Amino acid sequence: MVKYTLKRVGMALLTLLLIVFLLFVLVRIMPGNPFPSERMSAEQIAAKRLEMGLDDPILVQFGRYMANLLKGDFGRGTSLYYGAPINTVLSTAISNSFRIGGIAILIGTAVGLLLGIVAALNRGRFLDGFCTVFSIIGVCVPSYVFLIFLQYFFSFKIPFFPYFFDANRFLFSSVLPSLSLSLFTMSTVARFTRNEMVEVMDSDYVRLAESKGLYGGTLVRRHVLRNALVPIVTVLAPLIVDLLTGALVVEKIYGINGIGKLMVDAITGEGVDYNYVLALGILYSALYIGIMLVVDLLYGLLDPRIRVSTKEG
Amino acid sequence: MANKTILEIKDLDISFRTNAGTIHAIRGVNLDLQKGETVAIVGESGSGKSVTMKAACGLLDANATINSGEVLYTYAEGDGPEQTVDLLKIPKRQLRKDFNGNRIAMVFQDPMTSLDPTMQIGKQIMEGMILHRGMSKADAWKRSVELLELVGITDAEKRMKNYPHQLSGGMRQRVVIAIALSGRPDILICDEPTTALDVTIQAKILELIKDVQDRLGLSVIYITHDLGVVAKVADYVNVMYAGKIVEVGNVNEIFYEPAHPYTWGLLSAMPDLDTDDDRLYSIPGSPPNLLHEPKGDAFTPRNAFAMKIDEKEAPPLFKISDTHYAATWLLHPDAPKAELPEGLKARLERAKKEAEKYL
Repeated sequence: MVKYTLKRVGMALLTLLLIVFLLFVLVRIMPGNPFPSERMSAEQIAAKRLEMGLDDPILVQFGRYMANLLKGDFGRGTSLYYGAPINTVLSTAISNSFRIGGIAILIGTAVGLLLGIVAALNRGRFLDGFCTVFSIIGVCVPSYVFLIFLQYFFSFKIPFFPYFFDANRFLFSSVLPSLSLSLFTMSTVARFTRNEMVEVMDSDYVRLAESKGLYGGTLVRRHVLRNALVPIVTVLAPLIVDLLTGALVVEKIYGINGIGKLMVDAITGEGVDYNYVLALGILYSALYIGIMLVVDLLYGLLDPRIRVSTKEG
Repeated sequence: MANKTILEIKDLDISFRTNAGTIHAIRGVNLDLQKGETVAIVGESGSGKSVTMKAACGLLDANATINSGEVLYTYAEGDGPEQTVDLLKIPKRQLRKDFNGNRIAMVFQDPMTSLDPTMQIGKQIMEGMILHRGMSKADAWKRSVELLELVGITDAEKRMKNYPHQLSGGMRQRVVIAIALSGRPDILICDEPTTALDVTIQAKILELIKDVQDRLGLSVIYITHDLGVVAKVADYVNVMYAGKIVEVGNVNEIFYEPAHPYTWGLLSAMPDLDTDDDRLYSIPGSPPNLLHEPKGDAFTPRNAFAMKIDEKEAPPLFKISDTHYAATWLLHPDAPKAELPEGLKARLERAKKEAEKYL
């Protein structure tokens, strides 16, 4: 297991390095100017390019970038926020997005699991149908539509929650965006949990457990949930990354200074900010790779069959 | 009969609701199990063998309805007086708590899928003892190791920590048997316990079941389609067809003096080395679709000996001897005499001679 873990971590780091390089090159091939060209003369731009070393050979630039990156420094923006250090801007955005995303993940997973379990235990009955309909609606309705809907009822009709995000009242003002973000996760988790549990409950080993005399909650806890959990973890992982990295539209609508909004600004601003796009791309990839790594290791904990095959592999 | 009846199934009638309609799967089944004896239920796939026994254990799927019938189980609480209960009337929770595992245990067909892949086998054996019988963990562990040794697993102590995928099919079936025995049941129901195993392992598992049966005084019900297994283990045989028992008798009566054309067909379909015929017989046609209630005798369309009355009315069980009954109009006094098929007749003669050699 230790050897396997080390191998997986090594692979993950290698993948990340490759992605950083590709992103680095791609950003420079991308059309658009890194500087707000309307406000700067050709001479100013040339001077700026020289200052930032954008005319050096690409490998030299990459080497310089990597050296900074290893120190944990994403550099400065080329156009956004007048060239403020990215680390400062990013840390605010991350904390906003992660907190709202984190709440959404907690709500989505907990309620989703609960709905799925309830549906599976009431298979073919009203509650099962209700959960199915709920899941379908939840998957189909985009989170920002749901957010507008919530805003209409709970900010306009009943003025209880704020219209827009307010960093001073963090928890209170993140209820609506978190709730709307959690809908998709909730529905997906509910659907998967229900289907996996139904499948497991039809399995021979659950029959055997019943013939041993297990029933009700004990049966579900000891034999059904754990076996149903492996596939659920698989679908949950990418959902977590999606939520953490911020929902572009929801952040925009609710005025949250998060990663999603930052990404949109970096691309649609007066100039395409090379370094922001790059930093956010790296963040996205690192999160994704990290979560996938955790999931892979989690499989081994949940399912002993995977544990053994990795020992040999 | 000196023995006492431990399980009696009376007029069991079960149907399943499906998308295609209602399937009348069990159409009035009667079955007796005497203490310490082995009864086999034989029949083709879909004849209702497993459903009958699952009903007795309360393991039917949710879409099943029990229309009528009783499953009477006679037991004594410790040294207390004997009592008889109808298992079908007991609420599911109480059935699980007091009967499943404790009194009636089941061994399933496929050991590759009947153990929980994410739980150590030791835990799976101990589970019932700890949760039900309030044993301490240490006692349950000790008893589980004993059980594993009883079912012939070497290195039992070490095996307790294994997961199912680390064991071979035969070993897993031994574990399943150990689990079944963990609650000290009176009745062991084996649902095709050897079908999914290698031929070399099959005999060993059968011997094992027989061995624990003798040692623990169990009554055993075998569900199988393998007449070879029946011949080896059973005292009594119930032949089932389309949700009904068509012939019942002790093992000699069924094998040497079969009376129902369906039993003839089953016996003829067994591979035989001493025959000149190089084709293996199979019963023509296929079992009826129980979505539509068969009119008359369900076996009529496949029966070479069918008479007019078979199309109109289902035959009752005719008595042949105290232990031997068959549901075929051929046994009616007015019926024309039907001869056994030639091949089968010769074969039964050979088998009898063979058997005499060993008497």
